Amino acid sequence: MARLLYFASLREKVNSEQEQLELPQDVIRVDQLKGLLARRGGSWGEAFTASSALLVSVNQQMANDQSSIQNTDEIAFFPPVTGG
Amino acid sequence: MYISVQTEDFDVAEVSRQLCARRSDIGAIVTFSGLVRDRSEAQNLLALELEHYPGMTEKALEAIAASAFDQWEIDDLAIIHRVGRLERSANIVLVVVISAHRKQAFEACEFLMDYLKTQAPFWKKEITREGESWVDAKASDQQASERWEI
Repeated sequence: MARLLYFASLREKVNSEQEQLELPQDVIRVDQLKGLLARRGGSWGEAFTASSALLVSVNQQMANDQSSIQNTDEIAFFPPVTGG
Repeated sequence: MYISVQTEDFDVAEVSRQLCARRSDIGAIVTFSGLVRDRSEAQNLLALELEHYPGMTEKALEAIAASAFDQWEIDDLAIIHRVGRLERSANIVLVVVISAHRKQAFEACEFLMDYLKTQAPFWKKEITREGESWVDAKASDQQASERWEI
C-alpha cells in the first residue's frame, strides 16, 4: 500500500489529509497516479488535471511527474510552497 | 547547525549568542527575521496559519543548510521556522549565519531564505475578519531562488 498525503489548499479541495492506496500494477510513475486520482472526478478531477501547478514529493524528497513510485512509498501532493 | 520547526516564539539575540558560544573565530553574525505582515488592502489581517509537512520540512531545511555549507565559508547556522497560528507582527522565520567575514555570511543568509521560500514545504493561510484564504506563491520568489543557479 502506498501512503498518499495532501496538504494546504489541495487538502481542503479534496477534503482528505491522507489515505492508504494499493497502486494498480500499471501505475509506476507519478503522472499515472495523478491520472488515477483525476478519474475519481469532482474536486479530484479539478485538482489533478494535467495543467494544475501541483508539486509532488516521494518519500519526502521533491519529485516530478516522471518519478517512479511503488506500493511502499509515501507520496505527497501540495500546492507551490509559501513559507518564509 | 541548529534547525527547528516549532510553534514557540524565538529570541534572535539568544539564538545568535548560542551559535557563537565558546568560539573566538567568528567575526560576523548575519540574521534575518521574517514577520507576519498585513499586506491586505483593507488592513484587516488578524493572523496567519502556517501549515507544513512534518518530517519532510526538517529534511528540506537540512538539505538547504548543507547546500549553504558547501558553497560558502561559513562556520555555523541556525534556521527556525514557526508553524500554527501567528498573530500580526509575530516572528515567522529566523536565519542566523556566522562566519569569520561578513560577505560569506550575508550571501549564505540570502541564499538560505531564497531557497527556503521555494523548497521547504510550508503554506500560509491569511485569516481576516472577512474569512480565510491561502497565500499564492510569488513568481518573484521563484526568480530569487533561481538566480543562485545551483
